Amino acid sequence: MANTATETLTVTVERDLPYPPDKVWRALTQPQLIEQWLMKNDFKAEVGHRFTLSQDWGKLDCEVLAIEPNAKLSYTWNHRHDDPNFNLQSVVVYTLTPTSTGTHLRMDQSGFRPEQKQAFNGAKWGWQQFLGNLEQLVAKS
Amino acid sequence: MSATAHDLLFRTLADPTRRALFERLCREGEQTVGALTAQAGISQPAVSKHLGVLKHAGLVRDRHEGRQTHYRAQLRALAPLIDWTSQMAGFWQTRFDDLEDLLKRMD
Repeated sequence: MANTATETLTVTVERDLPYPPDKVWRALTQPQLIEQWLMKNDFKAEVGHRFTLSQDWGKLDCEVLAIEPNAKLSYTWNHRHDDPNFNLQSVVVYTLTPTSTGTHLRMDQSGFRPEQKQAFNGAKWGWQQFLGNLEQLVAKS
Repeated sequence: MSATAHDLLFRTLADPTRRALFERLCREGEQTVGALTAQAGISQPAVSKHLGVLKHAGLVRDRHEGRQTHYRAQLRALAPLIDWTSQMAGFWQTRFDDLEDLLKRMD
């Protein structure tokens, strides 16, 4: 989570699914299936493949970083913003672990670049203090 | 809150002049446009325009009293910025709900 200046932000979401890993894997890697739970896309299960995930609010630029069939999938998750200070550069990693009842799916999104950390943690514009103060104010109000 | 609304907050506060006006309202409480202009170093129409953008983003509220317009900060509007990771986690939880629905339908 967001803490001091050097850290990245990480979001982790986990889910136990009553389906075997190969089925979950298909949902994560076949474009027409990805579209049904995530976003429109031109994904291909090839390391280095560049693709976009698109929604009404914008597009994410992605590149496949790692593929281990039925076990691990990773791609970049970057959002270009007009103001470079708000560019989002992150990596999404899905990890599939077989369980007695199906699959444990874990998603980690992490690794914002320095500009993004400034945007969130405030080094450049004093946002850290700004947001910290406001957090206290919000807590009180 | 939607990604668009979240983006709006970021865009609104990305401008240093707007942020300074907002910070001042947070620190010093309600102010008139005139009082804000006196310290902002920009014209009153420019201040009013920035306040309009802040108002559109839900970050300030205005109150008319005679000829004066008073503005005050709406701190609650900032909660999504402070809690970005929760926002993102919420996004993924919803996506995973849809993933489960999809898996149910798949062969």
